[in-house]
Amino acid sequence: MDLTELLEIGEKERQGQCGIRIRVCVAAGCLSANAQAVKQSLDAAVAEAGLAESVQVAGVGCLGLCSGGPLVAVDPENVLYEKVTPADAPSIVAALKGGGPATAKQADFNHPFFTKQVPIVLENSGKIDPERIEDYIAANGYQPLYHALREMKPTEVIDAIIKSGLRGRGGAGYPTGLKWALVAKVRSERKFIVCNADEGDPGAFMDRSVLESDPHRVLEGMAIAAYAVGADQGFIYVRGEYPLAISRLQTAIRQARKLDLLGSQIFESPFHFRVDLRIGAGAFVCGEETALMGSIEGKRGTPRPRPPYPAEHGLWGFPTLINNVETFANIPAIIRNGPEWFAKIGTEKSKGTKVFALAGKIKNTGLIEVPMGTPLRTIIEEMGGGVPDGGGVKAVQTGGPSGGCIPAEALDTPVDYESLASLGSIMGSGGMIVMDQQNNMVDVAHFFMEFCMDESCGKCVPCRAGTAQIHHLLGKVRAGHATAKDLDTLDRLCTMVKQTSLCGLGQSAPNPVLSTLRYFRPEYEAFLAKSETA
Amino acid sequence: MEPTTATAAKTPVDGHGLAKGLAADNRLKTLAATMKRHQYQPDALIEVLHTAQELFGYLDLELLVYIAHGLKLPPSRVYGVATFYHFFSLKPKGKHTCVVCMGTACYVKGAATLVKTVEDYAKVRTGETRADGSMSLIQARCIGACGIAPAVVLDGTVVGNQTPASIVGHVKGWLENGSDGAA
Repeated sequence: MDLTELLEIGEKERQGQCGIRIRVCVAAGCLSANAQAVKQSLDAAVAEAGLAESVQVAGVGCLGLCSGGPLVAVDPENVLYEKVTPADAPSIVAALKGGGPATAKQADFNHPFFTKQVPIVLENSGKIDPERIEDYIAANGYQPLYHALREMKPTEVIDAIIKSGLRGRGGAGYPTGLKWALVAKVRSERKFIVCNADEGDPGAFMDRSVLESDPHRVLEGMAIAAYAVGADQGFIYVRGEYPLAISRLQTAIRQARKLDLLGSQIFESPFHFRVDLRIGAGAFVCGEETALMGSIEGKRGTPRPRPPYPAEHGLWGFPTLINNVETFANIPAIIRNGPEWFAKIGTEKSKGTKVFALAGKIKNTGLIEVPMGTPLRTIIEEMGGGVPDGGGVKAVQTGGPSGGCIPAEALDTPVDYESLASLGSIMGSGGMIVMDQQNNMVDVAHFFMEFCMDESCGKCVPCRAGTAQIHHLLGKVRAGHATAKDLDTLDRLCTMVKQTSLCGLGQSAPNPVLSTLRYFRPEYEAFLAKSETA
Repeated sequence: MEPTTATAAKTPVDGHGLAKGLAADNRLKTLAATMKRHQYQPDALIEVLHTAQELFGYLDLELLVYIAHGLKLPPSRVYGVATFYHFFSLKPKGKHTCVVCMGTACYVKGAATLVKTVEDYAKVRTGETRADGSMSLIQARCIGACGIAPAVVLDGTVVGNQTPASIVGHVKGWLENGSDGAA
């Protein structure tokens, strides 16, 4: 495979695509709303109308607006239909040739939900067929890999990533380029690349969507990273709960190997790289990097103290680079468009865009990608359409069980790593759950603590015993048996667990309790009042 | 749960740590092939356990001992890993499974009520199987279908936007005539 061949594949694919293209979302959300049947009836309707020559029906990745699923988009008219049923198919096909309006409801592409987005990670999502590598190549895929391998030195690749200002999208926000430089610096006979796709935060589905919609992008990002740091083997650690993402990744790896885009002597360079999948088995703590490495080695996923960091002592003791799915998905775009382009997007300290999963009590649920620094209010009220029944937003939860609840008063906060941390929450991987007046915040804190208590691996005492005690105290508050003294104990205990736990799970587990105590203390006190009058 | 070693000691085993009844099972050939494909590397343990659970539905103690012998690992290590991860089950599942997603998005939209409804209706506790083996009720951490919360997985099919009435409708079909209520 050389560049000419790659361009030829892309050109051939583009020629096959001219004419009308009907894109049916076949990511998990729409699939569970019967998208497969919709696709079949569209196929049948096209054949029946005798348009098989000029109209192509393609299954594509996530179109974003999950609450409107199943979604169908039509090119080149740029029309999006929502809540499509198999019965709508003939009218959609008829509408192509001026046969009157389709019976399916048309979504408004001019809604802020779409217009305020800046797609980088999701640029191909919903546009290409994730099960066809040719489609990815037609969208200029694998050209950045060629550029990196043949025209850049590894140090130049790392410099470009440092200059772009990209920070880890898994939640902690460590500068990606610096991490790469650390791994590159260590001398070792072997090095590994790990893609963390163990998206454990409940309420987050960004990584799942990226893997289901554009798996080659992640593979390409990993290959560029491997070249930069000098690794020859990669692992993708993906949740067992994501069967569709797993099967699409398997397909993608097989196709890339067949075209020699993975394997040995990629693009006729001395670089070789293979990627293997590792399927998670349902342990939240495995999102923590040292626990994740234990799990890849076939052990219990328990974290160990750092340092030594994985950059020095990772998988089987070799230097290992661990990045999140979204981080890798940004890499091809940075190499293609240059670090300066990327650094122009976002805020001073948080560059680029972030994908968020909007869910909970919000009208438009789904996936959005916005520049860093976009105010929460824009995301929730303009793009998300606010709370469905018109009631007010009470709080927004970001960062899953490690994050906090941001009160409605703070909605004007721009979304970046530092601003969210100052509110007692975290960026996290990107789950954003909206709560309205009906949601009791003590309940929410109790829910998250139950989660952390169950998921604590049991290795260190503050987390194992602390989460259980916090959970017990919250239960006592809810049952109306608590006193004001218990709230003080709760506060102290949370701080202790936060400061003394071994890994990120324990260190961040008290965040939901601390943030609700900080912003919604009256709700805790309302439970106390009951116990005092009783 | 009792320690593996004690239980394993009670089971009559042949030279490969394999019980007589299990030895004739064809599914074991597939499992053995999986271990061979991974060159009997101990770090393939989780992959092998995934395959074993796919084949047998759950991980019997005999099966764990068999895997321990195959990968040359102490049974304690295999048992430790199998019980650490939620995905692996050491008990047989019911004929039908109802998995209620308890992710945050589903929770704020009433997933707890769904769980309670099924528990009361089918008289089964969460994480357990009905005495007649007709169905199991399981809670999931998050299935990533937050856009259609609250979501439930009925025998492997994800259905979204559930209400207590709709979920009882599905479960009722299973309990009454053993047919798939999701259809």
